[in-house]
Amino acid sequence: MSATSFSQLPHIGEALRRKEDYRFLTGAGQYTDDVTLAHQAHAVFLRSPHAHALIKSIDLAAASKMPGVVGIFTGKDIDGKMGGLPCGWLINNPDGSPMKEPPHPILAIGKVRHVGDHVAIVVAETVEQARNAAEAIVVDYETLPALVSVADAAKKRGGVVIHEQAPDNQCYKWTIGDKAAVDAAFASAAHVTSIDLINNRLIPNAIEPRAAIASYNRASDEYTLYVANQNPHVERLLMTAFVLNLPEHKVRVIAPDVGGGFGSKIFLYAEDVALTWASKQLNRNIKWTADRAESFLSDAHGRDHVSHAQMAMDANGKFLALRVHSDVNLGAYLSTFSTAVPTILYATLLAGQYATPQIHVEVDAWFTNTTPVDAYRGAGRPEATYLLERLVSRCAWELNIGQDEIRKRNFINSFPYQTPVALQYDTGDFHACMDKARVLADVDGFAQRRAESQAQGKLRGIGYSSYIEACGIAPSNVAGALGARAGLFECGQVRVHPTGSVTVFTGSHSHGQGHETTFAQVVAARLGIPVENVDVVHGDTGRVPFGMGTYGSRSISVGGAAIMKALDKIEIKAKKIAAHLMETSDADVEFVNGEFIVKGTDKKIPFAQIALTAYVPHNYPLDKLEPGLEETAFYDPTNFTFPGGTYICEVEIDRQTGEVRIDRFTAVDDFGTLINPLIVEGQVLGGLVQGLGQALMENCVYDDQTGQLLTGSFMDYAMPRAADFPMFTLDTVCTPCTHNPLGTKGCGEAGAIGSPPALINAVLDALGPLGVKDFDMPASPHRVWEAMQRQS
Amino acid sequence: MEMLGIRKLEITQQQAWDALNDPQVLKACIPGCDKFEPIGENQYSVGLAFKVGPVSAKFSGKVTLSDVQAPLRYTLTFEGQGGVAGFAKGLSNVELKPAADGAEGCEIHYSVQAQVGGKIAQIGQRLIDGAAKSTADDFFKRFEAQMQRR
Repeated sequence: MSATSFSQLPHIGEALRRKEDYRFLTGAGQYTDDVTLAHQAHAVFLRSPHAHALIKSIDLAAASKMPGVVGIFTGKDIDGKMGGLPCGWLINNPDGSPMKEPPHPILAIGKVRHVGDHVAIVVAETVEQARNAAEAIVVDYETLPALVSVADAAKKRGGVVIHEQAPDNQCYKWTIGDKAAVDAAFASAAHVTSIDLINNRLIPNAIEPRAAIASYNRASDEYTLYVANQNPHVERLLMTAFVLNLPEHKVRVIAPDVGGGFGSKIFLYAEDVALTWASKQLNRNIKWTADRAESFLSDAHGRDHVSHAQMAMDANGKFLALRVHSDVNLGAYLSTFSTAVPTILYATLLAGQYATPQIHVEVDAWFTNTTPVDAYRGAGRPEATYLLERLVSRCAWELNIGQDEIRKRNFINSFPYQTPVALQYDTGDFHACMDKARVLADVDGFAQRRAESQAQGKLRGIGYSSYIEACGIAPSNVAGALGARAGLFECGQVRVHPTGSVTVFTGSHSHGQGHETTFAQVVAARLGIPVENVDVVHGDTGRVPFGMGTYGSRSISVGGAAIMKALDKIEIKAKKIAAHLMETSDADVEFVNGEFIVKGTDKKIPFAQIALTAYVPHNYPLDKLEPGLEETAFYDPTNFTFPGGTYICEVEIDRQTGEVRIDRFTAVDDFGTLINPLIVEGQVLGGLVQGLGQALMENCVYDDQTGQLLTGSFMDYAMPRAADFPMFTLDTVCTPCTHNPLGTKGCGEAGAIGSPPALINAVLDALGPLGVKDFDMPASPHRVWEAMQRQS
Repeated sequence: MEMLGIRKLEITQQQAWDALNDPQVLKACIPGCDKFEPIGENQYSVGLAFKVGPVSAKFSGKVTLSDVQAPLRYTLTFEGQGGVAGFAKGLSNVELKPAADGAEGCEIHYSVQAQVGGKIAQIGQRLIDGAAKSTADDFFKRFEAQMQRR
């Protein structure tokens, strides 16, 4: 079925309420910590209090005699018995040599490299007993100087050696684009605008902390791991093939209800492996649930870039070339997709919505004595958008033209468009998003509002951000050529039951995205059956064919497309059954709104009757067709999808306190075809608030010298609340994706990608008259106040 | 964490010096301290319970005195482990001087530089300065009470 005819099906575009909300809102959700297995023991991880130290000795004598202790394991016990955590993406240096890939042991062996590094797993009958025993472990550390900030890592290039495999602490250098062409364009430019900026480090903070229960069945030699995870098949593949060397079919990974991921639950973590391994060693079911303090220290962090960028322009503000250098923090070890985030997912997006002919990007990636950094909502694309959109607004201010005008002058106008940084945009309408956003934001009334604010002694500013992102990551062969060590397809399985109800199995995973509703809507619309008759199953390697999970706003465009392919097969087979029953040829049967019709006649059979016939094949072409109605499809996309949009933020700043109040925020997005606008709205709102959280208040801070996490709890790490925001004005533009069967582009990350520069540009627009040109996130009252004082 | 302070003591400099070198006095005056035993020259094994905000832990560690110039000054180096609560280490320079205004008694000048790690740093960082200051206040309150009892 084509994307166009799909978008016209009944119920596509209908704002159905989420099916899953009943269980979530009534406390019936089943999260990992809600699962209790018989004879379950509990694990606690002893973590390093030092950022960088040698482990001289570990004394378990007292701890192992503590009440209730079942077993304690340290690095010595696992050394040589299993591999380390693998990195899923290989990045090569410009000279072709591979990145440095130092080992990432499941439990620290001889050395700890960040505060929170896992030193021992303690298993006891109760959590309290495990905690008490962990407390009784005596570790003799010899502390070493710590390397903490990425700026220091880039400056010092050595001194402190975190991994002997990388004596200068550099993991890789990576470049993209034509440097000579960029240099030439700069040489002839009428104007060059430069910017230095920091993309502040973030802590993910999903509501549900990471948790896992490992179970080993001696009778069948099978493992079951319940884990709060976004992609159970990937978790299983990485753990069995690269770490534990187990046969994959002997391991079942179940990711039940998961309370938020934002990227941080994509990765294979040491705790998951340690529990799985220990469950066999101790022949016990073992549960571990991170406490909030552990989450702060051990969930992979996000962002943490220090960048310098320059835009070369002609006299009319037309972009000629862009030059970017970024130092990026990878933390102490390579997390699963950490290497791809600041390269493939970052630099390839730096064309943005603009027809900049030449772009050259250089990335230096560094190890530091901090928690590993990996994908966090948007993963690379927020970093690209923040840099580019800050730079573009600065270009406008330097040339004294409007922030909207400079964007419109440089927008890409025709598609497909090949960027100078590898991607090919299939479709979009950037002017339409900008024009709609300007109207909804009442940009024309801004001058008046600014004057009113001024009369009250307040500063008002307006900020723009026109973002683009690449979602539905793929195709597998292209990603493979770029260093991906995994496939990027998705699976979908449609099982029609004899009475016509349907169970859909998807490799995508929902941890807040509402797949159980959206995917059911897709199937119900295609088959012409009520949405209530469709259930969606996900998150269980024991029930679902091999899938890649949910990240990068890929679920509907890749996972949904796989379901569409399976539905195509269902339709073809059902038509054959219908043709047999109505004694006509397959080609004469049409499927419309749940009924099979003989073209040009009033002969028809409802879908449910075909389903029953498939399983009760009394009158059936058994010589030509198998009974049953169940189909599986795997879908590998031919390109990324490219959601884009324009966000306009208007802030008012209190000159006395530096408090930034968002007065209005307008977001116009192009997500292609919308299946459920209510869910899309929820995703956009969540993304916006997450992005504005970064821009307004969130900030992960380490002590520069000791590597201690200073923002290690919600007392010091500010999270946004509803009262921090106005009502958002949301709207969409639709240019359907041209290469998937739904025309969808994905909406999960857009808000977090587009919103931070809109807010900071608004802050700078407000502070501009005071002479403030530079400002790094977050725009907390203290930092804004300081910026004002520096200038006045 | 850094802390500086000056206290007026209503005892002679020699009395103050003796008290500051008496493990029994120190044990009684350091809040939460249940052990302050000599283990060598100018070295003590110390145990104390310490609370910073929501984190309370029993620290065991070592105190070393160096640069000892009776009855003028010493440097006290400390290092303690609090189990999963983390660690604390640092040093304190203690100096005794005659009272500034020529009055009776003496003055104690002290500076403390301390570093904490682990949970106590993660959760209690912003509370540490306050906790350290109240510990110092508490110490001198007890110290004065001890001296009055003599």
